[in-house]
Amino acid sequence: MTRQDVVITGIGLVSSLGEGPEAHWQVLSRPGATPVVDEAAFAPYAVHPLPAMSFDAQIPKKGDQRQMEPWQRLGTYAAGLAIDQAGARGLVSDMHLVVAAGGGERDVAVDEAVATALCATPAAEAGAILNERLATDLRPTLFLAQLSNLLAGNISIVHGVTGSSRTFMGEETAAADAVRIAAARLAEGRGGIALVGGAYASQRWDLVLLYGAGGAVWRGPFAPISARDGAGGFVGGALGAFLVLETAAHAAARGAVPLARIAGVATDATHARAGGASAGAARALWGGMKPAVGGRLGVLSGMTGVAEARAEEEAFLAGLGAAAVRRTGSLLGHGVEAAFPANVALGALALSRGGFYPAMDPADAGEGPVDRILVTGFGQWRGEALALLERAA
Amino acid sequence: MKDHLGRPLVAVTGIGIVSPLGWGREENWAAIIAGRSGISRIRRFPTDKLRTTIAGTVELPEEAAGAPSVSSPERVERMAAAAVAEAMVQAAIGQGGFPGPLMVGMPPVEYEWPQRFELARKANGNGTYRAATEVAAGRRDLYETFMFGGVGERLAARFGTRGAPIALTTACATGASAIQMAVEAIQRGEAEAAIALGADGSVQPEAVIRFSLLSALTARNDDPQAASRPFEKSRDGFVMSEGAAALVLESLEHATARGAAVLGIVSGCGERADSFHRTRSNPDGHAIIGAMRNAIADAGIAPSDIGYVNAHGTGTPENDKMETLGMRAVFGDAPPPISSNKSMLGHTLSAAGAIEAALSLLTIRDQVLPPTINHREPDPAITLDVVPNEARRVSGLRHVLSNSFGFGGQNVCLVVSAAP
Repeated sequence: MTRQDVVITGIGLVSSLGEGPEAHWQVLSRPGATPVVDEAAFAPYAVHPLPAMSFDAQIPKKGDQRQMEPWQRLGTYAAGLAIDQAGARGLVSDMHLVVAAGGGERDVAVDEAVATALCATPAAEAGAILNERLATDLRPTLFLAQLSNLLAGNISIVHGVTGSSRTFMGEETAAADAVRIAAARLAEGRGGIALVGGAYASQRWDLVLLYGAGGAVWRGPFAPISARDGAGGFVGGALGAFLVLETAAHAAARGAVPLARIAGVATDATHARAGGASAGAARALWGGMKPAVGGRLGVLSGMTGVAEARAEEEAFLAGLGAAAVRRTGSLLGHGVEAAFPANVALGALALSRGGFYPAMDPADAGEGPVDRILVTGFGQWRGEALALLERAA
Repeated sequence: MKDHLGRPLVAVTGIGIVSPLGWGREENWAAIIAGRSGISRIRRFPTDKLRTTIAGTVELPEEAAGAPSVSSPERVERMAAAAVAEAMVQAAIGQGGFPGPLMVGMPPVEYEWPQRFELARKANGNGTYRAATEVAAGRRDLYETFMFGGVGERLAARFGTRGAPIALTTACATGASAIQMAVEAIQRGEAEAAIALGADGSVQPEAVIRFSLLSALTARNDDPQAASRPFEKSRDGFVMSEGAAALVLESLEHATARGAAVLGIVSGCGERADSFHRTRSNPDGHAIIGAMRNAIADAGIAPSDIGYVNAHGTGTPENDKMETLGMRAVFGDAPPPISSNKSMLGHTLSAAGAIEAALSLLTIRDQVLPPTINHREPDPAITLDVVPNEARRVSGLRHVLSNSFGFGGQNVCLVVSAAP
């Protein structure tokens, strides 16, 4: 099979810092950017909240908005931004879709009331009451608002994206594999255009509960990633990030301007990552990349702040010889399934503007400009992922 | 060794199946061609006040011996491990590491009520998330069990597959999507082999209630074995079920070179998403028609080459009507026989696409079409030969189309073919 070049022609990005490429460039391309943090609502855990936003521009039907909870709305909205930037509204019927998804929202009030009421009741007795409570209290539509594959389903319904639809699950690495597979399918001629990304709604107790149980969430006042001591942890960041990918030929034929070229995406998952295994896996992935150009390398690191993963990634970065490294999580927070696509989006943005970002974390070293950008994604628990972006020809 | 598009042909060399009909491929196949139902009353938890009290369930050995029920991710992982192990033994591959990736079709997982109650008890009866978060600190067991990447990570470590496992969901098409992902990995030369897996173990109170609230389930509780009635006139919903199937896939060249017995070929994959509605197909059926046609075209054959269709056939009024529409659109006035494994197994959700592809391969191997059981009264609107009630011996069957249509409009069809 002849492999075709794959380029990024649209990015859709929503974070605590704002919405859209221009807003992010304005904030992040100048020194002194500060994170938006809410330390009270989920104390002792800090979060980067979703900015105030109206979803109407991308999800015009209120009925559609009602069928979703914040996570699906955020993702569907960001997907629409990407399609718009790519000028690809007319291409959605044959656009392929890969979404990296976590679990959707639960009805917190119902969960808390039922757990409080029934936790001490003997199981045999609690069963019947639980059945009755759930059948009465759960909204029928909540199931659909919660199902992981229904973010993709809503993107199909709201934006008409129907070439194909796949949803990957598995935290950070799922998102990297989503980008990898979407790009690989285009490169081998399975379609001309694809939409890929994910979303993370940070302001959710169920996610703090899930990830907090594993010690993966930073406990205490906000601190930049490199300054989180002990076992570290991530600070959840609201994030919606989608990319429109196209073959270079498909983009050229319709006069779309590429923001960046994807030179490679690679993933692995070492089963016992400490002690250098994870760093070694990343080095192997990097060694397998085939850059078309040389030049100064910038890194947009998806470092979560979880200490074990951070130590492995620092070891990898130390041997990379990059001109500049940026730990984006210190400003955006960590958006789990949205983190990798968001960093790819920021990489494409920087390359398209011909610049790079000033330091985002006290440990960030080196200065731009750069000629190519490596995006890293070491998962909070498992997974190593890299994407190499180059300037579009 | 190459297909009509110059891609490597992808062979199946191992099959593993777990379902309410048993643990093991041949046990399942024997029950399927005997027309046996795996549906029963739910015994796993109290069913008082539930509209639907029947399902297909797979109990783990320790549960059968009286231990408390495990969570859905644990059940998924155990069934999946059994199916993968069986497939690898049949393929005689992977001792000391499997030469390719693992594609895991599975449901989303989350804390269930036993976990919520346990945390609330530890918090002295405080059921709030804030309190649960405090007492859950340090519970790596909960974290690793209920993270989406957990099941795939443990299976990949256990079987020594290469690279990052990919867990995926496309609702009721999940198992078929996993196979498609594995086929594509081999076609693009990413690996010589891959394992595709579909597994689901969602029969727990909240999941039953949620499907019930969507009016998707039949409430024909009186006679569980007769409750799943795909394509029949009185059908009124599906029956939830559980299970797993795994396929060992490898390039035909790789299989031949190592002398493996080739059970069949996955010759075509087709997909098409629908933008109409969250739980219903567009009334014109274009997405399911498109998925069927894409699979047949991808296999490089004509509709008339398809000798049998393994239906999605859930037994909801809507699905079976739309599938009939799709069949007539794709095959015209002379559609091939079609039958629904779900009449016996129930709807194994994320596992269904993989189980049905596995059974499609066995259909070709033994030249026997599995029946659609519980076919009492034909529906005049279903103008199809649904292989009613009794398995049917055939000859010369080479190509089977296996349909999977999911909530959220995600449709995947596979063509499985006899070994060349």
